[in-house]
Amino acid sequence: MEMNEHIDALLRQVQRPARYVGGEYGQVVKDKADVDVRFAFCFPDTYEIGMSNLGMKILYGVLNDMPGVWCERVFAPWGDMAEKLRQEHIPLWALESGDPLYDFDVIAFSIGYEMAYTTVLDMLDLGGVPIRAAERTGLEHMVMAGGGCMCNIEPMADFFDLCFLGEGEDVDREVLALYQKAKREGWDKPRFLREAAKIEGVYIPSLYDIRYNTDGTVAAITAKDGAPAKVRKRIVEDFDACYFPTKPVVPSTEIVHDRVSLEVFRGCIRGCRFCQAGHTNRPVRSRKAETLLRLGKETLENTGYQELNLSSLSTSDYRELSELCDGLLDYCRPRGISLSLPSLRADNFSMDIMHRVQQVRKSGLTFAPEAGTQRLRDVINKNVTEEDLLNSCRIAFQGGWNGVKLYFMLGLPTETDEDVLGIADLAKKVYWTWREAAPDRSRGVRITVSTSEFIPKPHTPFQWEAQISREEYLRRVKLLTDALAKAKSITYNWHDAEMSLVEAALARGDRRVGAVVEEVWKNGGRLESWSDYFTLDRWLEAFPACGLDIDFYATRGRPTEELQPWEHMDCAVSRRHLERERERAYEGVLTPDCRAGCAGCGASRLLKEGVCRG
Amino acid sequence: MDKLRLKFSKTGRAVYLSHLDLMRTMQRVFSRAGVPLKYSEGFNPHAKISIILPLSVGTASLCEYMDFALTEDRDLAALPEALNAYMPEGIEALEAYEPPCKGAELRWLLVEGVMKGGRDAAFYTEFFARDTIPVTRKAKRGMRTDDIAPAIQAVQFSDMEGGVAVKAILHAQDPTVSPELMMTALGEDAPAYWRFTRLEAFQEDLAPFR
Repeated sequence: MEMNEHIDALLRQVQRPARYVGGEYGQVVKDKADVDVRFAFCFPDTYEIGMSNLGMKILYGVLNDMPGVWCERVFAPWGDMAEKLRQEHIPLWALESGDPLYDFDVIAFSIGYEMAYTTVLDMLDLGGVPIRAAERTGLEHMVMAGGGCMCNIEPMADFFDLCFLGEGEDVDREVLALYQKAKREGWDKPRFLREAAKIEGVYIPSLYDIRYNTDGTVAAITAKDGAPAKVRKRIVEDFDACYFPTKPVVPSTEIVHDRVSLEVFRGCIRGCRFCQAGHTNRPVRSRKAETLLRLGKETLENTGYQELNLSSLSTSDYRELSELCDGLLDYCRPRGISLSLPSLRADNFSMDIMHRVQQVRKSGLTFAPEAGTQRLRDVINKNVTEEDLLNSCRIAFQGGWNGVKLYFMLGLPTETDEDVLGIADLAKKVYWTWREAAPDRSRGVRITVSTSEFIPKPHTPFQWEAQISREEYLRRVKLLTDALAKAKSITYNWHDAEMSLVEAALARGDRRVGAVVEEVWKNGGRLESWSDYFTLDRWLEAFPACGLDIDFYATRGRPTEELQPWEHMDCAVSRRHLERERERAYEGVLTPDCRAGCAGCGASRLLKEGVCRG
Repeated sequence: MDKLRLKFSKTGRAVYLSHLDLMRTMQRVFSRAGVPLKYSEGFNPHAKISIILPLSVGTASLCEYMDFALTEDRDLAALPEALNAYMPEGIEALEAYEPPCKGAELRWLLVEGVMKGGRDAAFYTEFFARDTIPVTRKAKRGMRTDDIAPAIQAVQFSDMEGGVAVKAILHAQDPTVSPELMMTALGEDAPAYWRFTRLEAFQEDLAPFR
């Protein structure tokens, strides 16, 4: 990338210019003469967030391994930079070549969070690419998207040409190979999209007609031009052999998660009823410990990182965790490399691992009981008892830890004031456990309780639930604040519910909500997952301006018979299973984890043998 | 090997890396190259590296120096090449050696630069030929005025297409006069755009610094 004076002058006026210039160790630069598809991998958040994303590292490697394809990175500029780009009429560029976004054949977004939607539009616009799919008539500027939000991407349906449902390693390659062919043979855009729709895991929003009832609910979703009635998500069946980026780009400037992230397994055996990732990433597939050891060492050597993190939805559930940790410690300890294990469950086994791993530095301990009473934990199928939690805390306090963070949600289905006050009781019990167990009480203890508002998400047993109103959330926050007011060792943090309301509306939004996203963006909305940039009022004004009601999407409970906007997305877990789980929730009945007994969720049909081995 | 020095350049895209970015990057480069830096003892071990006279973000250099220590003996002549295979774009190791003097001996820097959107060479020449050049800037306690004239030597301006080319020898430590400070001294006559490169480093008597 050439830094001309115009751009150099601009970079001198913004914060942290290193994030806009690329040139890091490990970036892939190809000779344009050998490239027939220019692919812009766009992450709708800052460099610091995007470069921390494992999915991006994986697909960057997978795509650049394809002959003729050059995948480059594009991130959302921070406010000062975005303003300068607009003022100076400089288009948003890709880091490797410095070429503007409008020079690319494929512009693909990875979206894991609804609050990134306005940033997607902003990046397209900054890059000189028309935001609406209908305005892009040629084969160039094919705008695609993948990531966790694809399980209901309807609010963005008018902006994307093609979406990937599920894991991208295989389907991305198939679609790009088709695109190479289309470009070579001079197909038009409709033909390419019709052909792409035949690839499993590909969703072409423009090939579906949506009809609505007079009450605003969805009446029918109709596929046309040969597109499948239901798009089935893709997975990588043999996860042990799945591509892993052992030679990723190593940022020169600091990012959020600046370390090797080793993906231990995909999916989750727990069926927490509020959890979208736990339902949409099934079935569970893991890597062998020996594979992980090899990949971990290789990546540490290639990057020079001093920290390795085990990543998965619930690391304690990895069968070979003990062997893996021992093997990694043998390598890491003499080299001064630290190992971190997030998402551990509050049980004895996990605490034992924790002790072995964190012998040097004792970072904070975090548990997520999610609800304050056993009754409500049973409703959400969070298989953690008070005894488990207090036991884990006891072991930790005995081992010298003097801080613990506890995460909860407020507004879960069936929650009563008793459940809310149960959070305070539980925190106090943790405090008394410390009093009993701590070898040295003179240092004191820090117990932090955090609550956020429950957001019902598609493809979960709670997808039909109403979100509680902001006022009601704040009332419950007040209740808890008062209950904890006298407990000096307990700090209570609560997340504001303003963003949760918008997130809830977008998560279960239909196609019409796209107009709202566009309106908010036009009124200046971008980087809205940052409290620096989020304003609720813009959304509260945009919904009625587009003839819609935010409460229709966020706080309305839906009957299970209602056709949901995402019903043409098949994430492998069946609707029947979700309905059954919802009933069990209301009965307060636990569903065992996948290993203790198959609940017949339907995800195993994605596997050739039809049996999960997670 | 406890006292070693690396001379390196920082140009192109790497000029936007901050001092902290550079420290982090160097540590990882050594680690990737399998060259074991010595770490400090203690709870939060950190690599024993220090960069003499950190550059400001945006300024390039052909003569940066980093002092470091290794836990094992290495062929110093082969070290730059070994490191360069693992560098990000824009940073290049030039020479590794046992330093003949302390980093504090680095006293003068030869810099060159371009200045655009300001006055012409004649104006700048006259401006910097004055016997005293006061610069007022923020200091720890209130504002402070220094005369930077004694700290600027052999300054030359010449007109070029679209601006003015400049070369000067600036005092680098006690007191420090950076190219940015020269621009500050110009006040309202400062150019709209400038960029500088450090070319060579000297000791107090203008003998080459190593």
